[in-house]
Amino acid sequence: MSDIANNQDDFTRSAGRQLAIFALSSIAGIALLMLGLSWASDLTSTGSGAGEAVDAATGTVTLVLNEEPPQLNSTKATDQVSMRVLGHVMEGLLRYDEDNRLVPGVAESWEIGPEEAVFHLREDARWSDGQPVTAHDFVFSWRTAVDPATASEYGFIMYAVKNAEAINRGELPVDALGVTAVDDRTLRVELERPIAYFDKLVAFVTYYPVREAFFEETGGRYGADADTLLYNGPFEITSWVHGASLRMEKNPHYWDQDRVHIQVLDHAYITQDPNAQLNLFKDGKIAYTTLTEENLNEALVQGWHLHRFMDGSVFFIEFNHREGRVTRNWHLRKAIQLALDPAELVYRVIKLPGYVPGESLFPIWLQGVESTLRQEYPAPTAQMDPEQARRHLAQAKQELGLAEIPPLVMLTGDNPISNKQSEYYQEQLKQVLGLDIRIDKQIFKQRLAKMTAGDFDLVLAGWGPDFDDPLTFGDLFASWNLNNRGRYDNPELDRWVRVAQSSTDPRARMDAFGEIQRIQFEDVVVLPNYERGIVYVEDPRIEGMVRRAVGPDPDFTNVRIVEGS
Amino acid sequence: MWRYTLRRLIQGVITVWFIATATFMAMHAVPGDPLTSDKAVPAEIRANLEAKYGLDKPVFQQYLIYMGNLVRGDFGISFVQKNREVNDIIREHFPVSATLGILAIVFAGLGGVLWGALTALYRNRLPDVVIMFLVILGISVPSFVFAALGQLTLVNLNDLAGFSVLPVAGWGTVWHMLVPSLVLGLSTMAYLTRLMRSSMLEVVSSDFVRTARAKGLPPTRIFSKHQLRNAILPVITVLGPSIAAITTGGFVVELVFAIPGLGRYFVQAVQQLDYTVIMGTTVFYGAFLVLMVIIVDLLYGLIDPRMRLE
Repeated sequence: MSDIANNQDDFTRSAGRQLAIFALSSIAGIALLMLGLSWASDLTSTGSGAGEAVDAATGTVTLVLNEEPPQLNSTKATDQVSMRVLGHVMEGLLRYDEDNRLVPGVAESWEIGPEEAVFHLREDARWSDGQPVTAHDFVFSWRTAVDPATASEYGFIMYAVKNAEAINRGELPVDALGVTAVDDRTLRVELERPIAYFDKLVAFVTYYPVREAFFEETGGRYGADADTLLYNGPFEITSWVHGASLRMEKNPHYWDQDRVHIQVLDHAYITQDPNAQLNLFKDGKIAYTTLTEENLNEALVQGWHLHRFMDGSVFFIEFNHREGRVTRNWHLRKAIQLALDPAELVYRVIKLPGYVPGESLFPIWLQGVESTLRQEYPAPTAQMDPEQARRHLAQAKQELGLAEIPPLVMLTGDNPISNKQSEYYQEQLKQVLGLDIRIDKQIFKQRLAKMTAGDFDLVLAGWGPDFDDPLTFGDLFASWNLNNRGRYDNPELDRWVRVAQSSTDPRARMDAFGEIQRIQFEDVVVLPNYERGIVYVEDPRIEGMVRRAVGPDPDFTNVRIVEGS
Repeated sequence: MWRYTLRRLIQGVITVWFIATATFMAMHAVPGDPLTSDKAVPAEIRANLEAKYGLDKPVFQQYLIYMGNLVRGDFGISFVQKNREVNDIIREHFPVSATLGILAIVFAGLGGVLWGALTALYRNRLPDVVIMFLVILGISVPSFVFAALGQLTLVNLNDLAGFSVLPVAGWGTVWHMLVPSLVLGLSTMAYLTRLMRSSMLEVVSSDFVRTARAKGLPPTRIFSKHQLRNAILPVITVLGPSIAAITTGGFVVELVFAIPGLGRYFVQAVQQLDYTVIMGTTVFYGAFLVLMVIIVDLLYGLIDPRMRLE
């Protein structure tokens, strides 16, 4: 018996030794395999030789991008990441400075009248190959942007220029666009109608220059790679490994060299994962990251200095005003308005610093005549009032001839905040008004498709600004605006929108916005929920990063590295 | 053998065609399309876009056109990454995913055999209990938890060491590969360990092992030639489907470790309704997996002579 046990132990020991040999050779094999694979992957793609977040010796700041920039052709770019990248490597006629004021860019001076605008280009504005930026480069890019063949989603932002809309619709040839290069350094623009904010428009991405000869050389691949783009901004892209990294270096031909203090902006990582970003920041590998509610606590534990910023967008419940929808009834909308409290949503449900309860379609940062629009025209607000709300509901039922309001479909996006928000509304409307809400959760494009088709009663929607003028929000519910997905239609509101569009008298325009704000509240066109805030951390060794609601954000062009902290 | 291979390949092509057709139809059935954008575009521009991408044609006609291009190996141009061909996306990013996947599968395979043999050898003793507990953990905890934990461990490790021992995220060097591929292979490794253990226990008590012992063969020979070689067969059988689990599970790991692999495009394309990329990646992955299963089946015949009889 003991002999057998002994035998068994011997066997185990010998087998164990063999397994140990197996394990060691496996490790050696894997190490060899890894070396082989890394050699092979060197042949297909170069990885990020990323360094520390901030490297004072080489003037390098390392960052993360949320996603691969989808479109670096400025005439077609629509998304935030592309605009952020383009804002660092391109420059328009005008630009926003570190205090978010409009300052000269490629244009050193300009005159804007009711019928035409003239821009005088600076002599030392250069492309990254050393050639001057000329008025022709603007004529070419503007024509490209409105060309129906380009099919740019931002074509509409050029509609201020004469004939742009007709060209975009295919009714006129492209060269009918009201923009001409008088000479290399003078750009004349004929305007479709008097426009009070044209200077702000030309700072927008779609208005950036593109050099025709270079564009043609790329054979339809303009902006697809680092070498199929020509740069006229503070930086140029020196390497772009798709999906992996995007490296910018100071552009030696940029006219305002004194403004740029760092040599390299290395976007060494591309990932959307907030925890991955947080870990990279914690590890000292990136100089900036935004925080979500989940990882806010970690930031507090680490004792990091938190920064807050409002990204300029407004979120609201949009009603379906189409014929046949119960939400077309004013009393029902009013009842819902009186049953909800945006402050409770923001402070008790969302609980993220930086968010502000929504009171108006116009966010608080918009400029009025002398101070902000919202200071000059305070938004009328409703106090939550369940009694009053129920009275309106009863009246709604009577007008609609219904014993009960049928279940309402609330269309919403598929993200944590929308989830919390829609569940809160579902609960609140059930409690106060006894309304049944069916939540219809959809991914982004499907939600948009359903919004456009009018397949909802209520939808959680939002709007971000395109240019720095209240009109970017003000015309949203004009009857002709395609983004008015609830198809609200009110001639009185339309009239005020037309005033705001075509008047050049600042006071008259702001009065119009005040009226739009009033109608929006009284007629309960939408119910504002919140203005979005962003919480972020940055490496204490850098300063001068600029955040802005309109234009490229975040902006690292003016960043400098501070020693000794 | 050749006839068998040919038959399997033809079956494979039919499978891939079915995958392509089903994906195409499902994709067109959901509301919205790749041209749906945040800012509503005027009807004229929308029509221009539809014409440009051929979306104005009836779905069946689009299907025929797509299949025609597919046969010629042209996956089209991405709707989201507007300047990139899907072929380029696959060519640039699949090698990265493949690298990660190969390493993960090697980790999983070698690890599974090792731990499985070890637990069988020390059955019901301490090493067995400890390893089997970890195996349950490995099978039941999803990979995104391991990915996050793995990354957190790296951060703490680097913090503790005071310098960068291993990179937290990114891609490019040997050091970038280590932790992500371990994380990716972990659940497969756990599964294979269990399989190897039970298969090993079965073999240990089989007649041929008893005969080998009775013959007085040296223990080393019994263990490696008779036990391991026979016990490993079921592990190889499931390697094929495991490749599927690992390549499709790569998305989370790629996201967390900021790795420029194809998995990310695969998932993001669905969220963005990027038709061409959805089709390209699905058909490509489908074909790849079908091929892997065929190869594993053929390999099986090489390892186990009994299979060749069929």
